[in-house]
This record gives sequence, C-alpha cells and structure tokens, in this order.
Amino acid sequence: MIDHESLRIGVYVCHCGSNIAGALDVEELTRFAEGLPGVALSRHYKYMCSDPGQELVKRDIVEHRLNRIVVAACSPNLHEPTFRRAAEDAGLNRFLVQMCNIREQVAWVTEDKADALTKAEAHLAGAVRRVAGHEPLQRQFVRIVPRALVVGGGIAGIQAALTLADAGHKVVLVEREPSIGGHMAMFDKTFPTLDCAACILTPKMTSVKLHPNIKLLTYSTVESVEGSVGNYRVKIRRKPRYIDEDLCVGCMQCIDGCVFTQAKFSNAFDQGLGLRKPVYLPFPQAVPPVPVVDPEVCLQIARGKCKQSCVEACGERNAFKFDQQEEIEEYNVGAIIVATGFKAFDPSVIEYYGYGKYPNVYTSLEVERLLNAGGPTGGKLVLRDGSTPKRVGIVHCVGSRDANYHPYCSRVCCMYALKLAHLVREKTGAEVTNCYIDIRTPGKGFEEFYNRVQNEGVQFIRGKVADITPAAGNGDSPHLPERPSGCLAQMGTVPFSGGLVMQVDDTLLGSIRKVEVDMVILAVALEAQADAGDVRRTFGISCSTEGFFLEKHPKLAPVNTANDGVMVAGACQGAKDIPDTVAQADAAAAKAMVLIDSGQIELEPNTAWVDEEMCSGCKTCISLCPYQAITPDEERKIAVIDQALCKGCGTCVAACPSGAAKQHLFGDEQVNEELEGLMNYV
Amino acid sequence: MSDLPKGKLALYWAASCGGCEIAVLAINEKILDVAALFDIVFWPVAIDAKVHDVEKMPDKSIDVCLFNGGIRTSEQEYMAKLLRQKSKVLVAFGSCASEGCIPGLANATSRRKIFDTAYHNTPSTENPDRVEPQTQTAMAEGTLHLPLFYETLRTLDQTVPVDYYLPGCPPEAERIWDAITAIVESNLPPPGSVIGAETTVCDECKRTRNEKKIKKFYRTWQVIPDEDSCLLEQGLLCCGIATRAGCGSLCPQVNSPCIGCYGPNKGVQDFGARMMAALSSMIDSNDPEEIDQIIRDGIPDPVGSFYRFSLAAGHLRRAKVGSRG
Repeated sequence: MIDHESLRIGVYVCHCGSNIAGALDVEELTRFAEGLPGVALSRHYKYMCSDPGQELVKRDIVEHRLNRIVVAACSPNLHEPTFRRAAEDAGLNRFLVQMCNIREQVAWVTEDKADALTKAEAHLAGAVRRVAGHEPLQRQFVRIVPRALVVGGGIAGIQAALTLADAGHKVVLVEREPSIGGHMAMFDKTFPTLDCAACILTPKMTSVKLHPNIKLLTYSTVESVEGSVGNYRVKIRRKPRYIDEDLCVGCMQCIDGCVFTQAKFSNAFDQGLGLRKPVYLPFPQAVPPVPVVDPEVCLQIARGKCKQSCVEACGERNAFKFDQQEEIEEYNVGAIIVATGFKAFDPSVIEYYGYGKYPNVYTSLEVERLLNAGGPTGGKLVLRDGSTPKRVGIVHCVGSRDANYHPYCSRVCCMYALKLAHLVREKTGAEVTNCYIDIRTPGKGFEEFYNRVQNEGVQFIRGKVADITPAAGNGDSPHLPERPSGCLAQMGTVPFSGGLVMQVDDTLLGSIRKVEVDMVILAVALEAQADAGDVRRTFGISCSTEGFFLEKHPKLAPVNTANDGVMVAGACQGAKDIPDTVAQADAAAAKAMVLIDSGQIELEPNTAWVDEEMCSGCKTCISLCPYQAITPDEERKIAVIDQALCKGCGTCVAACPSGAAKQHLFGDEQVNEELEGLMNYV
Repeated sequence: MSDLPKGKLALYWAASCGGCEIAVLAINEKILDVAALFDIVFWPVAIDAKVHDVEKMPDKSIDVCLFNGGIRTSEQEYMAKLLRQKSKVLVAFGSCASEGCIPGLANATSRRKIFDTAYHNTPSTENPDRVEPQTQTAMAEGTLHLPLFYETLRTLDQTVPVDYYLPGCPPEAERIWDAITAIVESNLPPPGSVIGAETTVCDECKRTRNEKKIKKFYRTWQVIPDEDSCLLEQGLLCCGIATRAGCGSLCPQVNSPCIGCYGPNKGVQDFGARMMAALSSMIDSNDPEEIDQIIRDGIPDPVGSFYRFSLAAGHLRRAKVGSRG
C-alpha cells in the first residue's frame, strides 16, 4: 500500500540540449509536475545526465529529504543506471528511481509542441504515480559458472577453446562431425604463406584432445540451451559412434579387418571424391583418432548379420558397441562461443557452369582435397579418368558478388584461387587461367602473393565467365553418368573426360574469348550453414540478412551478440580467412574470460517471486517459464522461483491464477497506478 | 467471550437468493452464542423490526452489520446507505454483496432485456396486458410505490464503503463463526480486507496435481472424472486454481469442479481474467485454429464460466451507468 503522507518525490525534467526542450515546453512540464500528488519539488535542467545534473539530484535527496525520484529524459536503456547510481550515492535505494521517457517516446515522435507537452504530461503523471508504489529492493548477484562452451571444432572453435583452456578455464568443445578440424583440415596449403595446413592445424587439434581443461565432444550437437548469461544449462546430443571412445586406442585394425575388403562408400570429408568402408576415419589426422561406424551401411547394424571381423580385429580392446544409443549429456556453462563455420556454395544451381553435368568441372573444395597429400589421390591432381590436366581454368566469384546468389564478396576466394593456381602449376605444370571480376588482395602479404603468382606464369582474364561448354569434338557424351546418391562421381569410374571451353567477356580487351581447358575450378562462395537459423534460435542470437550470425555492434562489439553470454567467432559471423578467424576466436575467448573472470553478474531487479502463503502449488506456472526457473516444492505444495534464473519476463505472473506469483517493479499497484496516471491525461 | 458487554448486530438481505440467511443459521447451536454476545437489532427474515426502527437509531449505534446481496433496486441502495450510517462495522456478507454473484451476471444484458424475459418471453409467462413493474401506480385507494429496478447491479462496496468481506456462495458456517469470533475478539485484519484464507482451493484439495496440459475441455455431464487426479488436468473447468480457499474444497471432494464461489485470492482484481490467463497457458496446442476449436467446443459460455460470481466486480464493466442506475 502506498503511504501517500510520507511521499516526497523529486521530478527532474531534462532538456537534452534541444532534443527535448526544442520539442516541448520543459518549463511548463516542470510546473505541471509540481501539482502531481506526492511531488515535493520539480526542476528542469539542460543535461540531467551530466555531472552537475546528477549532483543536483544527489543534493536534493539530502537537502529536501526526497524519497522517490522521477527523471523525465531519455530511454531507460540509456541513463537509468546513471540515475539509479546517483540516487544510491545520496543514500536512496536505487530502485526508487523511475525514468520517464519523454525523448524517444514524445519529443522525437511528436511534431506539434502543444501535443508533445500533453503527451509528456501524461507520461510524467504515470511515472509519478508509479514511483509512489516502488519499494526498495536489494541488488542481487549470482555466481558465474566458470566454464565455457565452444560450439564448432573448426579452426575458430579450436583456437577459442585452446586460448580459454591455456588461461586456466574449463571448456566444453562440441563438434558435430566425427573429428575436429573443420574446413581447414581439408586444405593442403594456406595463403599467402603456403604453410601446410595440416602442419599448423594438427598440433592444435592434438592439443585440444590432450588439454586437461578441455572436454571434447565430437559427433555431437547442442540440443538446447536454457538459462541465461553466466548460467546456461546446455543439453548435448551425442550420436553413437558404435565404438567406445575410451576403449579405442586408435590402431585402425578394425578398418583393415572389416568384411568389406574394398572401400566403396563415399567419404564426405573428401567431398565424395574418395571412398571409405562402413567403419572409417574421415581423414588420417582426425581427432579423436577413433573410427566411426556408418549405421546405414554396416552389415551388423543395418541387417544384424555380419561375421564381425572388425570386432575380432579389435580383440581384447573390446571397443565395439553395436548397441550404442544416442545420449544426452548436460553441462552448466557461464559463457558460450558459437563458431559453427560456413558452408561452401553449391554451384550446381548455376546451370551455365555445368557443375554436376560436366565431369571436369570441380569446386575449389574438391580441388583442395585432390591437392592434399592426405586426400583421395595422395596429393596428385588428376582428372576423373586419372589423367593429369594440362590446361586449368579457375572461375572467380562463383555465387559471390552476384545478385542472383550472394551479393556479398566472400573475401577469401581471390586469395584461395591464387593459391590453387600456384599449387596446380607447381604440381602439374599446367597452364592456368584465372577469370576474375576484380582481384581483391587487401591483406598482409596478399598483393605480394598475387604478384608472385603472376610471375609464375598464371594467366589472368578480367571478365566474368558466361558459359562453360564441352570443347568441339567432345560433344558426343559429355555428361556424367547417374550420380550415386550422396556423392559426386567417383574417381576413375567415369569413362569420359573431355575438354571444356570457358566463354568469357574479356573487359580489358573488349572482346569475347573462348578458352579451352581440361579442368575448370569454380571458386565458390562461402555462405551461412544450412541450419544457421536453428542454431540462431538455440542460442538466442540473431542473423543478418545473408544468414550469418549478427554481432552486437559491427564496429565496437564484433564478437558479442544480442545474448550477453554468447560470443561468435569465425566464418559463422561472416566470410573470413584463417588469420582473421583466429584473431576473432581469440577475441571471443577474451570476451568469454571477461565474463567468467568477473565472477558474478548482477541480476535484473524485476524478477518474479512467489508469495508462499498464497500459492497452493497448482503447477500452472511450472511449464510456462521459458528459463526453467520455476520448480515445484512437493513438500510445501508451492512453486519456487530461482532468482538467479528468472529474467523477469512476467509470464508466470500473468498466468498465476491465485495471484501468488508477483514481480518486483511490476506489481499490480505499480502498473495500475502508472496506467491511471497516463489515462487521466489522455 | 460472554464476559464482554453485549454488542448490537444487524443482518440484511438485498439482491440475493436467501442462501446467506440460511448459512447464518447453519452455524447451528452457535447461533445461541451469537444471541448471547449480541442483541440482534435488525434482521427482517427472523425478527420483527421495521426500517423506521433503524432510521431512529443513532448513527454508528449498530456494532456489526452483516449485509448480504448486491444492489439492484433503489430500496436496496437506500438500505445499504442507511445501514452504513448506523453501523460501526459493515461486512459484505457472501458473494452477492462482495462481487455481485449470480444476480450480477445480468450485467451482461440490460434492464429492458431482463424485463422482456421476466415479464413477457418465457414460455410459462401469461401477460396479455404487458404489465411491468412501475415505480408508481395510481389506484383507487391511493398511489402504490415499488422500488426502481436499476440498469446495473452493483456490489455493496460500489455503493457504500465496506469494512470487511466474507466470501462464499454462501459463506461456510465455520468461516462465519471464525469471522464472528474475529469481530468479537477485535482480531481483525486491516479494514478493506477479506476475512478468510489467503490461498486457493487447490490448497485444500487432496487430488494429485501435475503440470497442466489440456487438449480438450469437458462439461460435467460428459465424463465421470477420475477421483484422484486434478479435475482441471482431466479437462474439467475447475476454478479451484483461482478461487480463495475456505470451503474445504467441497465440490472437488464430490468429483465436481470448483465453480469459484469463494471469489478471487487476495489482491487479485479480476477473477475471470486470472482464470482465462491461466487456462490459455494450459491449452496444449500451438495451432490457432485448433485452439479456437478447443475453446469453442469446451467453453460455450465464457462469461458464465469465468465471471459466474464476479461480473459485477470485475474489470469488465459498462463504460457508463446512467443516473437512474
């Protein structure tokens, strides 16, 4: 109940320079406030948020014994903390302050000065009547769980996890594939230094596996995230490998022992260019070095009938577990780094490039695998018929900078195309022709690398490739045979391998050119993962229009997101190269550490609470809470709200049939008083 | 108790069914204790005292007035004001005085429609001259007067200030005795309070409760409910979740859903809105069409279901009430 006798409300009207004072009569508004019930004094000032403005409030609280403050100024998002702190400095409970937003909600959106004054009066009357019902509240803090979750085991996730772990923090790293490594593990060399990707990545992968502070969960996905910043409860779905990770020693004898003597199933890691058995390791340096069983093709699992020579090969280690089921594991974490990476653009949608139609049109990622010493050809660049190409064309901007696909520049294609040109020349001596719109090399050592590749004799044609067709005389059967499901045509199985003609409008020569090649490499765009939308929802973050995760601020908070405890790193936030990814991963790790090392976090004051006397434990509220903050106390027959988990959304308060669920700062009296104050002047 | 000086007690009956009067007698032999504690100075249903007797009493000379019934007529309004003037403590006794109850449901319609139904349209009505109640009727013997029937039924506290409320339709005998004891012993909550429990019927209900997910609502004649589990979870529109405790969960005990006669819990301003907010969170569907269907099929009379007792007191009211009620 409001004790009207003892109320001494101070009202402060801010000019905000001319933002407010230019739109309405602040002096008149100040006079209006004097007449409102409980108002002891009313002032206006040029900038209330300035030091002198705050001092004014502090002095008045002491000298005029004010016990409630209303500041009619900007949005509470801006300066509510400022005035709460000022009030507290003067000895008044910080929650006895109410902001009245007459800038965004009145001054900026009302043209007529008289209308603006009337509107501001209504807002102010509401705020004054509301603050009368405010009660002093205690600030509450909650401990932050000292553990981080890193989602995605590509170079971004690996780097973030290692940085956190090296700093002494516990990390859970989740990767949905059987091995960490991501796209970087598929590459042979990296631009512009031509470092061997495996040489610089695999030590990091091994460190992840061995690090005492990292819990590595591969072949796993994040099922759900509950809770809030500092205290997330994460459920992780672990897919069955059918091999016990703890018992397996990584000897790979099971793969040799498998009843399939020949590998005959498409290996996704090799972009379908290589084959594997039902039990396989995606690539030799995989971490963890534990094979996976493909339940669709393993005879024992799919048909329940096999002589299980793999189990025999495993012997005493006894690691095979054909009855393994999906499992859900739960972890509490304080911060989350989302590093789910990118997806390579599928060029088959651009029909005139003939990908999927002409066997010798490849994506850049396929060529990365062919060039990789650990790849399906042992690093030999060969065409599908096994021959070595003598003329190679590289098409830039496939899916990028194209209004029909992605309007953005994928940032890395120029450089990786140059790198591929170099590697192709180095390995095969083939003549390489790059067809580009613009060459973009704005990175350290990039332009130098471009010059180097030019000097190596690689040809450059400035123009967008309009068409790729079979070369003359090769038109009889240029098509791929029926593509086996799930993979592209496999090595050596395609009888035909014909030349191709790239038709390109050379904008420097001003003429159409036809370049005959044996192999075309499409420098495909980087795009958001197909399930980025689901991931976004799981972690409560946003996506920008092109589907990449949205950072909190493009310049000043590039790794934070709208969800305070969730950071983003790497190509899931936007196309970027390895150095940028690593830098961003370290930044995200640093932000996670800032959060975790702060130790505690202040809770929102407007949490819900249950009047135990009034609650009869009807359980209406339990399942409604989006933060799982409410649990039933069966013994006392009441609902209990965990103040650390409550985010003050008010759902339970609205739904509680007995009126037992209440909310700080949003009591019936406060809300009704504010409404009545508002409505009296409408 | 009997050592205390004898107080003066009045009881009155306005727009209500009379059940509250019987409820007073349901305290059985304790009525003798009441008689020992109080002089009953006015109780039209039981003792012969006239309005002019009350008019002559000094102001605030009645210690306690238990007033049941809402205010539907000019006479009831007069009596409410008179008894307020003469009484130290005015208690809104029962659901009608507190929140309008069944007579208050007529606020969903108008005086004209009520008269049409009551005096003309029911199949059993025989009224060829279309006679309706008149406030004045000239007869050979002189002018006859009837009270004015108002457009809107108001609760007692919408008419005069009320000190305490005793909920229930009718209040349970034990709660009546608790209230009398509290009054005699001056052990009362702050003025304006309900004398009663501050929890809901669920608290007194023995049934097992779980998280509630409702796919279909049933009306009482459609199913014989399981006797051990929560009726609401079985799809019966049980208002126990929102209804103030005090009855001992009488209806659920006999396998019948609570209809909400004890009114809302402490601090709740609109019983129907509470029930609707709670139920809407329980309906087990995310498909708007299916939700509509569940509501249409299972809750054919939302006002009667959610505002059976509180329409006159809830937030849903006529925007304007004419000067003649």
